[in-house]
Amino acid sequence: MGDWKTITVPVLSSDSKNIFQYTSEKKISPSSMNSQVLRLPLPSSKTMHGFFSAFCTEENIEQSISYLDRELTTLGFPSIYAESKGKELNLISIINCMNELLVLQHKNLRAQEEIELQHLKLGSDMEHLQNCYAKLKEQLELSKREIVGLQERDRQLQSKNRNLHQLLKNEKDEVQKLQNIISSRATQYNHDMKRKEREYNKLKERLHQLVMNKKDKKIAMEVLNYVGRADGKRGAWRTDKTEARNEEEMYKVLLSDYEQRQKQLLVENAELKKVLQQMKKEIISLLPPQKQKPKERSEDGPVLSDLEEDIGELNKENMWELSCETVREQLTNSIRKQWRMLKNHVEKLDNQVSRVRSGALNEKDVISREDHELETEKLELEIQQCKEMIRTQQQLLQQQLMSPCDDDTTLILQDCYLLEERERLQEEWRLFREQKKNFEKERRSFTEAAIRLGLERKAFEEDRGTWLKQQFLSMSTDCKHSENVTAPSAFLGSSDQDNRLAISTSQQRKPHHMLSVPVSAESCQTTQYLTHNSSSAASKTPAGDSKPNQGVESDKEAVE
Amino acid sequence: MDFSELFKLSGLLGRFSPDGKCLASCVQFRLVVRDASTLQVLQLYTCLDQIQYIEWSSDSLFILCAMYKRGIVQVWSLEQPDWHCKIDEGSAGLVASCWSPDGRHILNTTEFHLRITVWSLCTKSVSYIKYPKACQQGIAFTKDGRYMAVAERRDCKDFISIFVCSDWQLLRHFDTETQDLFGIEWAPNGCVLAAWDTCLEYKILLYSLDGRLLSTYRAYEWSLGIKSIAWSPSSQFLAIGSYDEKVRILNHVTWKKITEFEHPATIANTKTIVYKEVEKSPSVETERLSLPPTRALASSLFSTHSKYNIPNAVWIWDIQKLKLFVVLEQLCAVQSFQWDPRQPRLAVCTGNSKVYLWSPAGCVAVQVPLEARAQTNSCSLTNCSVSAGDFQIVSLSWHASGDSMALLGKDNFCMCYLEREEIK
Repeated sequence: MGDWKTITVPVLSSDSKNIFQYTSEKKISPSSMNSQVLRLPLPSSKTMHGFFSAFCTEENIEQSISYLDRELTTLGFPSIYAESKGKELNLISIINCMNELLVLQHKNLRAQEEIELQHLKLGSDMEHLQNCYAKLKEQLELSKREIVGLQERDRQLQSKNRNLHQLLKNEKDEVQKLQNIISSRATQYNHDMKRKEREYNKLKERLHQLVMNKKDKKIAMEVLNYVGRADGKRGAWRTDKTEARNEEEMYKVLLSDYEQRQKQLLVENAELKKVLQQMKKEIISLLPPQKQKPKERSEDGPVLSDLEEDIGELNKENMWELSCETVREQLTNSIRKQWRMLKNHVEKLDNQVSRVRSGALNEKDVISREDHELETEKLELEIQQCKEMIRTQQQLLQQQLMSPCDDDTTLILQDCYLLEERERLQEEWRLFREQKKNFEKERRSFTEAAIRLGLERKAFEEDRGTWLKQQFLSMSTDCKHSENVTAPSAFLGSSDQDNRLAISTSQQRKPHHMLSVPVSAESCQTTQYLTHNSSSAASKTPAGDSKPNQGVESDKEAVE
Repeated sequence: MDFSELFKLSGLLGRFSPDGKCLASCVQFRLVVRDASTLQVLQLYTCLDQIQYIEWSSDSLFILCAMYKRGIVQVWSLEQPDWHCKIDEGSAGLVASCWSPDGRHILNTTEFHLRITVWSLCTKSVSYIKYPKACQQGIAFTKDGRYMAVAERRDCKDFISIFVCSDWQLLRHFDTETQDLFGIEWAPNGCVLAAWDTCLEYKILLYSLDGRLLSTYRAYEWSLGIKSIAWSPSSQFLAIGSYDEKVRILNHVTWKKITEFEHPATIANTKTIVYKEVEKSPSVETERLSLPPTRALASSLFSTHSKYNIPNAVWIWDIQKLKLFVVLEQLCAVQSFQWDPRQPRLAVCTGNSKVYLWSPAGCVAVQVPLEARAQTNSCSLTNCSVSAGDFQIVSLSWHASGDSMALLGKDNFCMCYLEREEIK
């Protein structure tokens, strides 16, 4: 719509007042319209009346009507004139137009209301947005300030960091410097030390010279008397020989020490090898026989068997005395292998056991257990039977022993047993008595022999004494005497020596006067007489027969 | 356990004779020789000055008394009390003195370690060893007394010389790869010599009797190194104690470390037995080692005493099992400990008047009964009026038979007689 100009045209009805108001208000800015919008009460009749009369008065009726007509036709309404020309008003069209205008007015009002609502809404939205905007602005301000603050802090920290880095570098440099200083000082000190030590050595040398040079009586040893060496030997001069000997001894000491150590090590070694051997044997014995498990052994089988054969051979050769590398390796390798096998075996057994425990039936085991139990039962039965037998036998024995001589049969039985025994006993007694007699005889003969021996000895001693005397006498006097003396004895001795040798056991050198041969035979039979006359018995034997033995002659007579 | 009465002593100089029959003690400038079991005074000798060191000869026939200030060594004979011998070093001065293993030569170290003079009691000969090293253990004799190793230093380098003790002939002379040789020690079998470096460097060298280097062992670099070493009586093991509170054990076949023992402040293993003296107390420093003698069974224990960190504890290790066996924690710092020469029994003293005995069966602390009484003996040496608490045992020494031991304090000493236990 275009600008509505204010027309000072008198207003006809109450409606035009509204329009008038409305038109004047069109120029106002939209913002003020908001405030003005609300002021839209229904116009009071008074004011309305005033305005309405302003448009059409009695003077300008036709003008106002034509104006109205013009306006209406431009708006699209039909003309209010009855015909196109004429001044008669078409009432119907006027009413229609009025109705249309009213409807239009209502519509407009409604639209206006809607617009006003929208306007309100927009207004509130706008307010809301403005508030938000204000808030956001504030927040923005705040965050900006914060950012600034944080940036500031960041800058400060960075500068601090840089400072610290700097400090660290400085410190490191210092440390390096100090270390250099220390090392250089250390070398310096070492040099100084060496220098001082050399000086000191020089001083020592000088001092030493002084001390040696003085050779005053002060440095001396006073001893009351020199003491002997601890081992008692005299001191030896120092020569090359002694040097060599010392070296030798030193090496001997070392060698003996090494030998001892080696021996210890050998012994240890041998023990360990023995232990290994035992272990190996035990492991072999523990392992199940090879037949059952061909699969596993197939790989190791030939190798193992070879090895075992070799080792078996070596074992026979006292392997543990060999100590070469290969043998050692073989032993350890074989033990390792067998240990592995044993381990596998044990693991398998463990698995089996676990399986059994978990309930899986392994018939073998069950049966074996049953068998085992059966066997144990059998054995127990046997044991019981044996025990019973033993008991019965014991009882029987007791009965036999205890039972008195009630029954004849038992008596007879006993007698039978006893008879046998008695006869046996008697035989034994007989034998025993015979033996006793023999023993007694022998004893007697031994005693006789002993007595004889004693007498013989006595006689011999006497003989010897006399013979010595004779010798002495003969030697000291004439030769003739000696001859006379010896000749008969020699003669006598030679004839009877054979006899004597045959009879007497302990024969002396000197010849004895002999009895005739028959005497020798008699000597054996002298047992009867021995008991009576010990001396006679002695004399009967071919003992010394010289004069002193008077008893001989007397017995000779007795014998003959 | 029986205790004898207190006798006067000076300088902690109380020594048993090697044959176990006598006990020599010093009081200022007098040397008193007593019978080891009855403590009766057998001999009394008077020296020219205050005695600083005494030593028995190996055959127990002579005692040497060294007076460092005057530079004099006096030797006394037990067989002939009239016999006397005086060695005057004069202007050379005297720093150390010791017997040779045969008991007939005396080795004097002159001042500034200029030389070692070997004086002979049998002949009129004198030998000199030049350039001896001034270190803690510069002279070492083999157990059988045949050889002597001397540490030397010439031209800022360390050497070792091996001498034959019978005629003092130089057997071997070789240099060692050490910065500053600290000590040398023979193995009990006399075939291996251990030489270790200064504590600034952990290095131990093992030489054979003929001078060949058998092996070197370095555990670590830069930190402080070896403090002390100890050979096992069978020569099979060598224990090295170091400043890092650990003991490392080398075996004699490969000279490599078998194991190392730590000395932590807290013990985690529940199998170790810890004997604590009534109250507990912490503290701090390094180690001293000693190995007990072997019996028919294998040597099983040796003890270490950690000083840097725990000077109140004695750690006893089982060598058969290679683990810690027992820890003895004392109230005061342990002054000294020593193994019984016959049995696995350890005696410990901590500077108070108690002596502590440990054996695998148990541990016992015994207070030395002190009586403040004046002796009625005419000999002033045995006069002793000491109140309880004055007798502080600083050192102890076992008798060779293991039946008794001497407890030495600053001014007094007493003997402790132990009951004979059944030998296991």
